[in-house]
Amino acid sequence: MYAYNAFDTSFLASRNAQFRAQVERRIAGHLTEDEFKPLRLMNGVYLQLHAYMLRVAIPYGTLNGGQMNMLARLADTYDKGYGHFTTRQNIQYNWPELRDIPDMLDELGTVEMHAIQTSGNTIRNVTADHFAGAAADEIADPRPVAELIRQWSTDHPEFQFLPRKFKVAVTGSMSDRAVTRAHDIGLRMVERDGVAGFEVIVGGGLGRTPMLGKVIAEFLPREDLLPYLEAIVSVYNLLGRRDNKYKARIKITVHENGLDKIRDLVNERFIAIKARFSGIDQEQFKVIEASFAPPAFIAADTHAYDTTYKSSPVFRGWADTNLHAHKADGYSIVTVSLKAHGATPGDATSAQMRVLADLAQRFGHDELRISHEQNVILPYVHKSHLPELHGILKKHGLATANIGLISDIIACPGMDYCALATARSIPIAQQIATRFDDLKLEHEIGELKIKISGCINACGHHHVAHIGILGLDRAGVESYQITLGGDHTETAAIGERAGPGFSADDIIPAIERLVEAYLAIRSSGEEAFIQTFRRLGMAPFKAALYPEKEQADAA
Amino acid sequence: MSRQFTPKVVTANALLEGDVVYLTNADTWTRKLSDAALITDEADADLRLLQAEAQTGVVVGAYLAEMSDGPNGLEPTHFREAFRRKGPSNYRHGKQEQI
Repeated sequence: MYAYNAFDTSFLASRNAQFRAQVERRIAGHLTEDEFKPLRLMNGVYLQLHAYMLRVAIPYGTLNGGQMNMLARLADTYDKGYGHFTTRQNIQYNWPELRDIPDMLDELGTVEMHAIQTSGNTIRNVTADHFAGAAADEIADPRPVAELIRQWSTDHPEFQFLPRKFKVAVTGSMSDRAVTRAHDIGLRMVERDGVAGFEVIVGGGLGRTPMLGKVIAEFLPREDLLPYLEAIVSVYNLLGRRDNKYKARIKITVHENGLDKIRDLVNERFIAIKARFSGIDQEQFKVIEASFAPPAFIAADTHAYDTTYKSSPVFRGWADTNLHAHKADGYSIVTVSLKAHGATPGDATSAQMRVLADLAQRFGHDELRISHEQNVILPYVHKSHLPELHGILKKHGLATANIGLISDIIACPGMDYCALATARSIPIAQQIATRFDDLKLEHEIGELKIKISGCINACGHHHVAHIGILGLDRAGVESYQITLGGDHTETAAIGERAGPGFSADDIIPAIERLVEAYLAIRSSGEEAFIQTFRRLGMAPFKAALYPEKEQADAA
Repeated sequence: MSRQFTPKVVTANALLEGDVVYLTNADTWTRKLSDAALITDEADADLRLLQAEAQTGVVVGAYLAEMSDGPNGLEPTHFREAFRRKGPSNYRHGKQEQI
């Protein structure tokens, strides 16, 4: 992992001191809220429905045990004993008091963490494949690149007041686990004739106007990355619309101007910017890359794993859903589900965070990841340790065997916390998970991605869900709209709206009808929901969702 | 014809804690909706909102929220205000902790 150098440490300390002074001036009445708001947002502080919220960046989702322990400490000391992991690999604290936030930031600074640019119209926390450095199908670890972008974008003087927020995601694998096509810029590491580079995707985004990103450069040599990114963002900075918040994201800029025009402008700008790059970025990149060297993998037999796998159905069930193929022999990637049936997706108690930190330190080469799907990953666990690790997870409510299944739901905080929300998300996720757990159908159903957003801004990624749920306010009542056929992977697709929305009481039965229809019409147990949808289209699912309409049409 | 004015309270969040607060008849802030002043006159509501907004050292984000006056006192007419009065639905946190 990257370790802060003297510059990073002093930069963060001075930034935290600056924010502490701003908070003091706000409390003393020397700053109005209008003056203070942009300053607090730059430091990740929101005001939500019931309290302030602090959003802490977990750069590219990577952290170590000491950092996870600090997150637990903050939850206990300044919050209500838990934290919420988000779809952008951040953690949110829902109950801090304004006066305490500077102390929280100082404590975070001691473990090289911060909340800078987790809000505001800036380049946000750079996200990456949560299996980075461990996945069997990886070309290269995307995290050194993500760290380089973090350093470049943090406090970048030109990009502190962009037309709108700006999100970058990086993947180093052909399997896209970072939803690169739904980001302002998506980077896919590729190789051409043995040379490392990127496919650069621009103008993706969900929200009010969902769009998949378009390829602006098929192959960008690796050393051109920062000047090219700077060219894109500076073209957007000038061209992006500041007259209308809903048209201010780069997806609209690309859509309105056309990809070709944007590409021409970027290429022109790139030449000028590239000439000013002295090469220091490449020197720094080498330092960063060295810090992400793989851990010293152990060689051991997998006997303990093999026998437990054979003898324990509970362990086997968990291993089959929660483990993924590793690039190192004898190792597994462990996904720890934060989606126990009936729990709040993405929430972890301080006790659970400490358990995860301890497991990482004992069995996982001291590394953890947070996924955009709101789970925690132990990326480097030797198989011989898995039975013991599973036993400990089980004791702490962390062994739910549901990764990729119907109860592994992404849900934004929704109107239970968020000031922007138009309806609640969490209770819907809790009810779906509980219902299908009661039915004992989860494993029979197989791979199915449900994602829930509590408003049009789509933090819950509902557009790219197999079954997306969008909570709206319809004449003072919570109403839930269903989209079908979305896809968040390398075959990304925006889901299609199924029809009129459902009330909070009717949405769970509607999802159940949808799933029953799928089970009845799938060609075999091997055909996943999304494949059945692609084969048969919307019609049979619409019929299941709206049976009354079917009958009315037939009459 | 302009729409008839519906009764409202002035609500905001406390500057330091972020708690939901309501303006009382005595122009002080309360955590309890039952102690809030229900304002039935539009001009009065506008004036008191302006006064509330000026208290930037005490509260943040003041606005008028519609309430009805039922047999059990003030009741939010919209679910958003009902959540603000109570707290989130996934944990017994926020105002419901004190009830």
